[in-house]
Amino acid sequence: MNIIVTSIIVLGIIGIVGAAVLYVVAKRFHVQEDPRIDQVEALLPGANCGGCGRSGCRDFAVACVGATTLEGLNCPSSGAAVMKQIGDIVGLTASEAKPKIAVIKCNGTCDLRPQIARFEGAPSCAVLASLGTGESSCPNGCLGCGDCVAACPYDAIHMNRETGLPEVSEDKCVGCGACVKACPRAIIELRYKGPRGMRVYVACSNKEKGAAAMKECKVACIGCSKCAKECTHEAITIANNLSYIDYEKCKLCRKCVDVCPTHAIHAVNFPVKKAAPAKEKVEETTA
Amino acid sequence: MKLHTFKIGGVHPAENKIAAGKPIENVPLPEEVVLPVSQHIGAPANPIVKKGDKVKRGDCVAEAGGFVSAPVHTPISGTVTKIDIARTPQGMPVQAIYIKSDEADREADAQALAKRDTPVRTGNDLATLDAKAIIDIIKNAGIVGLGGATFPTHVKLSPPPGSKAEVVIINAAECEPCLSCDDMLMRENPREIVKGVELLMRAAGVNRGVIAIENNKPEAIAAITEAASSVAGLEVMPMKVKYPQGGEKQLIEAVIGKEVPSGALPIATGAIVQNVATAYAVYRAVVLGEPLMDRVLTLHDGETGRNLRVPLGTILATLTDGREPEKIIIGGPMMGRTASTLQTPMIKGTSGILLDQRYAHRRPVENCIRCGKCAEACPMGLEPFLLATLSRLKEWEEVEANKIANCIECGSCSYACPASRPVVDYVRLGKQTVMGIMRARAAAAKK
Repeated sequence: MNIIVTSIIVLGIIGIVGAAVLYVVAKRFHVQEDPRIDQVEALLPGANCGGCGRSGCRDFAVACVGATTLEGLNCPSSGAAVMKQIGDIVGLTASEAKPKIAVIKCNGTCDLRPQIARFEGAPSCAVLASLGTGESSCPNGCLGCGDCVAACPYDAIHMNRETGLPEVSEDKCVGCGACVKACPRAIIELRYKGPRGMRVYVACSNKEKGAAAMKECKVACIGCSKCAKECTHEAITIANNLSYIDYEKCKLCRKCVDVCPTHAIHAVNFPVKKAAPAKEKVEETTA
Repeated sequence: MKLHTFKIGGVHPAENKIAAGKPIENVPLPEEVVLPVSQHIGAPANPIVKKGDKVKRGDCVAEAGGFVSAPVHTPISGTVTKIDIARTPQGMPVQAIYIKSDEADREADAQALAKRDTPVRTGNDLATLDAKAIIDIIKNAGIVGLGGATFPTHVKLSPPPGSKAEVVIINAAECEPCLSCDDMLMRENPREIVKGVELLMRAAGVNRGVIAIENNKPEAIAAITEAASSVAGLEVMPMKVKYPQGGEKQLIEAVIGKEVPSGALPIATGAIVQNVATAYAVYRAVVLGEPLMDRVLTLHDGETGRNLRVPLGTILATLTDGREPEKIIIGGPMMGRTASTLQTPMIKGTSGILLDQRYAHRRPVENCIRCGKCAEACPMGLEPFLLATLSRLKEWEEVEANKIANCIECGSCSYACPASRPVVDYVRLGKQTVMGIMRARAAAAKK
């Protein structure tokens, strides 16, 4: 009985001393933190994808609260609505950022791009890229080992077994850019998602001269500059035998799509054209 | 007799040197050559000819693009048809000079070839050359390390200030399985090689030279020993047969017992290592006045092997009579790289063409069983399993801390792995990335 009483007293005293120490420490080393940081962080997705350019969601929240303007601060995963809420919390107006999506600038599917070798080494695009052109002879095209798939924190990109190319899920992709960083061939680009998902882009990254590019892949951009001549908005530039459409300037008129001799320019999510005049081709849309 | 070797790691793959003993065959000059401007480590050479220019055999067609660079010379006379893209064996585009010969050119070349063994420097001329003059000749002849790494020879012979050369080690280990081009070169041209070594010793300003030959080449050892007996300070050292005996750092440790410090150049130990074929090229350049225009390689197709002396720029497919089997390896089976095509020009570093279909497929990859065989096999004392895993996970700081930069990419780890894991694939990727990070950091620190 005596032992029990002694134990209770001793432990009780230790508890009281400990509590006193903790109280003093908590008061002495108290860090005043803006409560808005927690509020902002709660709105963020918590995936720490790095799409905002910060090391994680908490870091982004700290940056938002400490900022004098929200210019340049944007969480691509959350979208404009959440950014507006964040703006309300910190008392600033969020800049309107157009949503972006990852596009694959390669359309060299298995049947369009002849296979010249078979790779049995480590299943990694980075390894394959360091060895040579990969399984096809295109030095710029998709290697197909799926480094982008492994990098995506939103499960938005998957390899299509039949084409051997990755496909981006329209709904899941938030445009964080993790795949862009993971691709050793730099064939993934973040572009404006466009109104109702409509966008036009060059689905090729091949920088070879026309003849060589044609040999390597049937749908390669050959740098013929027909699209650049056709474009009335000066949105298209040709560099290194490769056409590039500036998504800031593109008005989605799709004239370039029709003139491209190798069908390297893709227009996606457009409604199917109505019965076209006899001389114009009906453009297929790839969803 | 005690055989020298390096202390840790190493493997012993089946030697398979069936081309040993086959005399070197001279491949006739092709009618067209394709000369890539980047046949060496360092800055690419700059073409100094243009389309339509007439060139003669031995003319320089591209000059060195910097200190660590080497010029390129044409082995045939002819007309420059174009300067265009050529493909490496792995299919990557590189700039190259295309030269085509006509009837008159071929006649002139035949005459030049007949006279190619006439010395231009003899007796007194040769004896009065000083170190700088020899290095200049080597530099202008476009000589690079012919073991496969193709590091410009003149750079190695000019040690940075603060370091002093004490010994020239001639790498004649030829530890790669299947290859026997160096072996045959030593059997057929021992005197010329020894002369070349002597010139290299003079260029480096040292009076000690060691020719290190693996013990599986008794004929070569005998021939070189006989030729070297007349040269003071030059010794022939038989080595134990172990891969990678011919690795620069392994060879230095085996021969002089000093370890190259991590991150330092081999010259820190006072040793300059040159390949035996490089020594032969130095002889040809200095004594015969001939720039580097051909090299010996081994062609191995599983059943037969041949040793060929091939002019640079020859399309490799012409050597195999157009055969392009499923698996082609350029170089040896351990460090060589798989080629996707033979429609590619021969360059200075091409030491072998392997058509042996036993190497066609990798064994299926299984899970790591933590046996540690890769760590046992690593001649640099690294932990390949760790480096491979960290590289796969892109933990670059960790891989750097684990000394990935010391890796020599010899492939002993992958060879030793009982689970056939692609260890060296990932380690090589990690090394490339880390070296890039280190260079960027050094550049930023300089600013």
